[in-house]
Amino acid sequence: MKQKFSILRSTCVPLPVENVDTDQIIPARFLKSTSREGFGENLFRDWRFDVDGHPVPDFVLNDPAYGGSILVAGKNFGCGSSREHAAWAIADYGFRVVISSFFADIHKNNELNNFVLPVTVSEDYLSELFDSIRKDPKTEVTVDLHRQTVRNEATGREETFDINPYKKLCLEQGLDDIDYLMSRRADIEAFEKK
Amino acid sequence: MNSDKKTLFDKIWDAHVVGETGGNSSIIYIDRHYCHEVTSPQAFDGLRKRGLGVFRKDRTFCAPDHNIPTMHQDSPIVDPVSRNQVETLRRNADEFGLRLFDICDPHNGIIHVIGPETGLTLPGQTLLCGDSHTSTHGALGCIAFGIGTSEVEMVLATQCLLQAKPKTMRINVEGQLAPGVTAKDVALYIISMLTTGGATGYFVEYAGEAIRSLSMEGRMTLCNMSIEMGARGGMVAPDEKTFEYVKGREFAPRDAEFDRYMEYWRTLKSDDGAKFDREVTFNAADIKPRVTFGTNPGMGIGIDEAILEVPSEKAAGSSYLKALEYMGFRPGQKLAGTPVDYVFLGSCTNGRIEDFRAFASMVKGRSKAEGITAWLVPGSQQVLRQIRDEGIDRVLEEAGFELREPGCSACLAMNEDKIPEGKLCVSTSNRNFEGRQGPGARTILASPLVAAATALTGCLTDPRIFLSQE
Repeated sequence: MKQKFSILRSTCVPLPVENVDTDQIIPARFLKSTSREGFGENLFRDWRFDVDGHPVPDFVLNDPAYGGSILVAGKNFGCGSSREHAAWAIADYGFRVVISSFFADIHKNNELNNFVLPVTVSEDYLSELFDSIRKDPKTEVTVDLHRQTVRNEATGREETFDINPYKKLCLEQGLDDIDYLMSRRADIEAFEKK
Repeated sequence: MNSDKKTLFDKIWDAHVVGETGGNSSIIYIDRHYCHEVTSPQAFDGLRKRGLGVFRKDRTFCAPDHNIPTMHQDSPIVDPVSRNQVETLRRNADEFGLRLFDICDPHNGIIHVIGPETGLTLPGQTLLCGDSHTSTHGALGCIAFGIGTSEVEMVLATQCLLQAKPKTMRINVEGQLAPGVTAKDVALYIISMLTTGGATGYFVEYAGEAIRSLSMEGRMTLCNMSIEMGARGGMVAPDEKTFEYVKGREFAPRDAEFDRYMEYWRTLKSDDGAKFDREVTFNAADIKPRVTFGTNPGMGIGIDEAILEVPSEKAAGSSYLKALEYMGFRPGQKLAGTPVDYVFLGSCTNGRIEDFRAFASMVKGRSKAEGITAWLVPGSQQVLRQIRDEGIDRVLEEAGFELREPGCSACLAMNEDKIPEGKLCVSTSNRNFEGRQGPGARTILASPLVAAATALTGCLTDPRIFLSQE
């Protein structure tokens, strides 16, 4: 799971829908596994497959024109349930970056804890990126974590994005929070004695 | 502005900071942690892989709730995958030495119902669970919010969480609520005013006369729904009602210890002049019984109003139309009178004793409509006992309703309680997302009173019609 992140250049999968909730990312009936693996096959299950299990041809994951390791989604991505299974499904499917103009809090943390980078861009930037991808599905985007920049290679437009400096360090070095907290165990025990 | 004036949130947060990370995350000490069967197995696996135990066993409590059947709970769970998840929690609790409130245990129920009612949830705590509706517990005046499974593992391993401090928002509701208007309507009203992402990044304190007037159960309903506008959590400052609620509960402090806690609890309010990052005020008189018409909880209207027109902005407009298409509704349509197939009373939002009292008060001496399938699911074994002790079960039976056994049930349909494809359900739960109550199911969120009125007529009904007959 721990995967270092530096620079990624990739084509994108566009999902221009607002308020995508985690029940859509992975419906509750697929949360019954007790492992972290295999959730990718049910990513966006009820949009991707009909009730008989056949692929829905006009859903973007079933459209061979689109692919890549960057998911581009409408604003307020990942709202609703705290299920980390949503982040596992996104990572397991092969996405390393999600670009949106707005992320729900818990899901954003869940992505970061699974070494998937949530990149928040302006509304205007997002809208233009959707346009670029619509015109040319082979449009590439470059995400540079160190410089905190995202670049639409079709238009050359670049924006910077925010990330908690601590989480940035975790992603760059492939560290997780538990490694860090275990190193602070003495402080935690001292706090308990107060 | 005086910087030593603190909000309620700041007081509790500051008292739990172990240290800083150097980035903008703090290490926060967690007083209480709950685990259910869906979001914990991978966390326990993580501990095993790292060779770690649970750091503070007395601070974590476990209960299965999402997968459990609501009929014949004393028999084994039929679905092998659900059964495995519940058995995995049982094994993990045993292996790691944690207290488990198992199926059929008198303490079992939805984790957000049993926390407050057992006295495990207390004012002034920091409290986490791998579940977004952990915000419920904020009703007692604590910082409570949902986390992901990696964070569950973090809390099990270290009793701490790394977290950036959220911004604070105070939402005031002034004045008195009209008859037939409940805490659920207040929640749905606020969410539709602020939108489904409108409080993202904030921790909310609810205040004002209408909030103070709510019972503890009502405050839990309100705080429960905080996540539906994106808020990290919601809270209400503890008052005499809170202290009275906590006193005497099984795991709550007693006698001299209770008095010692009370000294701390009485300090738990936002100072006059404390600065919030955002403050909004609503008037209770503007709030009617509410219903949702779309596929997120922010898409709501008063029950006697028409569905709003499509937003002009392109991306918002297409998402809005997608939602209406799923629901089979159209802009400008009035929803009252729409035929309904199912009614669900229950969940961590509205599965408490007060909700069953409200539902029963409306159906008493009347009869369930023939075409309605009604699922009445108490939030916990304790709620079920109270229902029986108060004779509510007989009132419900005489009106043609049947009680089920406690659990999360049709709120998210992980057990057998699934609303069939295309059917319309008036639900007292918290989410109307596509497929939330079963693949293809359509959900209208509403209060227990709206659910009761609808169950009596078979179509979406304003409860004030029945109230005016009394």
